Amino acid sequence: MSDNFEPVILGFLCNWCAYAGADLAGVSRLQYPPNLRVVRVNCSGMVHPDLVARALDKGVDGVMVMG
Amino acid sequence: MDLDKCIACGLCAEKCPKKVDDPYNAGLSKRKAIYLQYSQTVPLKYAIDPDTCLYKIKGKCQACVKFCPTGAINFEDQGETRTLQVGSVILAPGYQAFDPAALTAYGYGRIPDVVTSLEYERLLSAGGPYQGHLVRPSDHKEPRKVAWIQCVGSRNTTPGGNSYCSTVCCMYAVKQTLVTAEHLGRGEQSQTIFYMDLRSHNKEFERYYQDAKAKGVRFIKSRPHSVEPGPHNIGVKLSYLTMDGTKAEEDFDLLVLSVGLEAPKDAQAMAEKFGVTLDHHNFVKTGSFSPVATNQDGIFVCGAFRSPKAIPRSVAEASAAAMEAARALVEARGTLTREKTYPPERDVSPDEPRIGVFVCSCGINIAGVVDVKGLSEYAAGLPGVVAVENNLFTCSTDTQELIAKKIKELNLNRIVVAACTPRTHEPLFQDTLREAGLNPYLLEMANIRNQNSWVHQQQPEAATAKAKDQVRMAVAKVARDYALERGAVQVVQKALVVGGGVAGMTAALELAERGYDAVLLEKGPKLGGNAWTLNRTWKGDEVRPFLTDLISRVENHPRIQVMKNAALKTVNGSVGNFASQVEVDGALTPVAYGVAVLATGGQELQPKEYLFGQDRRVITHQQFDTMLREQAANLQKANSIAFIQCVGSREPERPYCSRVCCTHSVTSAIKLKELNPQMNVYILYRDLRTYGLREELYTRARELGVIFIKYYPDNNPRVFTDGPDLKVEITDPILQMPLRLTPDYLVLAAAIIPNAAQDLVELFKASVNAEGFFTEAHPKLRPVDSMVDGLYLAGLCHHPKPLDEAISQAKAAVSRAGLVLAKEVMQLDAIKSQVTEKCDGCALCLDVCPYKALKLEEYRDNGHAHRRIVSDKALCKGCGLCEATCPKEGVTIHHFTMDQLKAQVDAVIESLN
Repeated sequence: MSDNFEPVILGFLCNWCAYAGADLAGVSRLQYPPNLRVVRVNCSGMVHPDLVARALDKGVDGVMVMG
Repeated sequence: MDLDKCIACGLCAEKCPKKVDDPYNAGLSKRKAIYLQYSQTVPLKYAIDPDTCLYKIKGKCQACVKFCPTGAINFEDQGETRTLQVGSVILAPGYQAFDPAALTAYGYGRIPDVVTSLEYERLLSAGGPYQGHLVRPSDHKEPRKVAWIQCVGSRNTTPGGNSYCSTVCCMYAVKQTLVTAEHLGRGEQSQTIFYMDLRSHNKEFERYYQDAKAKGVRFIKSRPHSVEPGPHNIGVKLSYLTMDGTKAEEDFDLLVLSVGLEAPKDAQAMAEKFGVTLDHHNFVKTGSFSPVATNQDGIFVCGAFRSPKAIPRSVAEASAAAMEAARALVEARGTLTREKTYPPERDVSPDEPRIGVFVCSCGINIAGVVDVKGLSEYAAGLPGVVAVENNLFTCSTDTQELIAKKIKELNLNRIVVAACTPRTHEPLFQDTLREAGLNPYLLEMANIRNQNSWVHQQQPEAATAKAKDQVRMAVAKVARDYALERGAVQVVQKALVVGGGVAGMTAALELAERGYDAVLLEKGPKLGGNAWTLNRTWKGDEVRPFLTDLISRVENHPRIQVMKNAALKTVNGSVGNFASQVEVDGALTPVAYGVAVLATGGQELQPKEYLFGQDRRVITHQQFDTMLREQAANLQKANSIAFIQCVGSREPERPYCSRVCCTHSVTSAIKLKELNPQMNVYILYRDLRTYGLREELYTRARELGVIFIKYYPDNNPRVFTDGPDLKVEITDPILQMPLRLTPDYLVLAAAIIPNAAQDLVELFKASVNAEGFFTEAHPKLRPVDSMVDGLYLAGLCHHPKPLDEAISQAKAAVSRAGLVLAKEVMQLDAIKSQVTEKCDGCALCLDVCPYKALKLEEYRDNGHAHRRIVSDKALCKGCGLCEATCPKEGVTIHHFTMDQLKAQVDAVIESLN
């Protein structure tokens, strides 16, 4: 792994909590690395394991399910 | 500030030269003279502080006006007086925190590392002055050893203090100890609470307290008498006496003063304005049986302005006050309602996606970081995209017109808005789609502001690349959007109330007076419940006259149908449209209703200990009240009466506080002392929980000579007979000596347990906690809604509570029920589960559905039996647990289909290639 490795991280964020938290981080101007891609879901419980496997299988470096 | 124009970009605050202490962070950090009160404020709009704004006080500056990209700031704007014509008024000004500066012994203001609990709350908060990294004021180091002193400004009859209990401080302190432990993580640390009586009396609070103890939080029953600074004015040294009288000293890194609640400063002015009577603490006076009504008709009160209280009771009272306010307005209900009309929706299902992408610059909020021009060009090349526009402000009225125009001109059938967050702006753009004849669910938003430009301010290139991914994901999803319809339910504008005690009767009566028919079920032969056994409320009002009046009003109300000896046998349907069979004397009667209030009550536990049932002198509270009513003369002759608290409560089997028993024993003891001042009255207690204004009863009892003796659960009182005498033996923790009492009567403050309601739990698919009390939808914010839509809770079936709280809860339940009953047709959300043709009826999803919205059905096709699930649209919340569980995509959630989620995942992956 090279020193300038930049992972792509996929996040499934619950609309009612984690996604709202990510919005609040913006309002508060909290800076974080730009490596996260967010899929907004209606509940973190709706994330099918197949989706996680699919993402990892096709090359995403990490998956977060936040809710 | 023009609220329509402000986009909360924050440029004004960035440019404002005036820094002031931030009151929201208790003055621990700075903000500007133009500011957001706090980052979650709704609406998210900036405000000008006229007391510190340079232009307001010196007539110079206006930097904010110069830099505001939308022209939202107008210094010419003047305050104006408006006249509103209203039918009811609700007073809810809240409280102010006690200022501990006057209590000089605690060192507040003198010692840097002494903070109030509110200041500490900000220190712990992620939105606080140090972003949630816990540091103490003196040297900005992490405090590893923190102490709390309870009852600062509360339960204090010396000058400068308040004589009542502030109710909430014990629990917020316990919460702060646990949050502190979480913040500090590993390594040596300790949290210590110095308390007088630990009052964890609300629902689930006792369990929380026991949990804190088990996690190692120290609880020391003592009120430290002096606080001195540590070396170099860093940290503190506390001096206190232990229970056995030993002097002790201990150093702490930080001291938190658990300050109490007071009526707001302007309480008297407000009361005078409305002609409302206050008590001697400046709280609004209210009656035992009309807890949110003031002395003025049409003026109601809720929350801490009535008495200190925690959030759940404030919220329940707010609903109760809303109910009272609405009752006077029954005639006017709906008369000011206007409905917006939209053009008919275009059917886009046969058409290929024609996607329009609108990229917002948000002034420079997005454009200052993300290359919006490059992003727009990129979007134009994505599959299905036929139009791209870049707008300065996509949310502005003229852009809405532009979007509508483009939809019509270019025959667009899907829209992506790349701007801020859908959580605030999706409804606005959905409305624009509807106005242009498109279904509102043909919209997706790419959140390139809150989740991009605002959080990657120093990385414009990476931010632009991320924005492209976000837009690509949104385009991939929107191409798979399809029109959705919001379902509707015809509402049966009638209520079922289960339980004929005070809570149930109050609910039925209030429903009827609001103009709804109510069916009241009572399992027994008469109405009234536990209230028949009570003499007086804690405020001293007689219960019987109120009760008999309530019963007669309920039984004679034309809108109330009372069914006694009744049992609910079946429940079908869901919110807005339930149907049941009720059994009375073996005969079944059908009842249809839109909502139900459960008020099934509770009962006094029959104790197994302390010779109860073996010696007739050992009685419960309810039996004692009967004696007081019927044989007061006998009681008057007694030389000695003892009470034992927490009999059956706060034990491993029932880890909750029954809440009413301390006050009940104290008022009973006062009554005995009034009957016979020579009588020896003893109360054996663990923590005396006369919360709120009830504290004054405790003070009065002590003044009258009632003797209070604390005991610990590992050293319970021992009760036995010695010849003809009844004996109670207890170790006094102050004297460290055994005491032996010979009471004429021993009154057991027995726990309140819920009435058995397992049949209702199963019929309504409701839920109860470990002790059998019904659980609410949210313990703080939805305290009277059950987990099942259209089902509300009131009274003892929810948790032990005194009469006034049961009444306000019943009124609150009616207020909440009114939200469903007020309309003939109830609109449902469109995002629901949908069973697909792939479902083979394996039924894996049934158990995971938290709303019991899925059922299994059998059907025949070509002579073969098949099984599949069906989803109840009124019960489904669209959470998608079914979708995540199904191994074969047999069930999906509209707007979040597996196909759409996969498309989004694949769109992310495209950036890797």
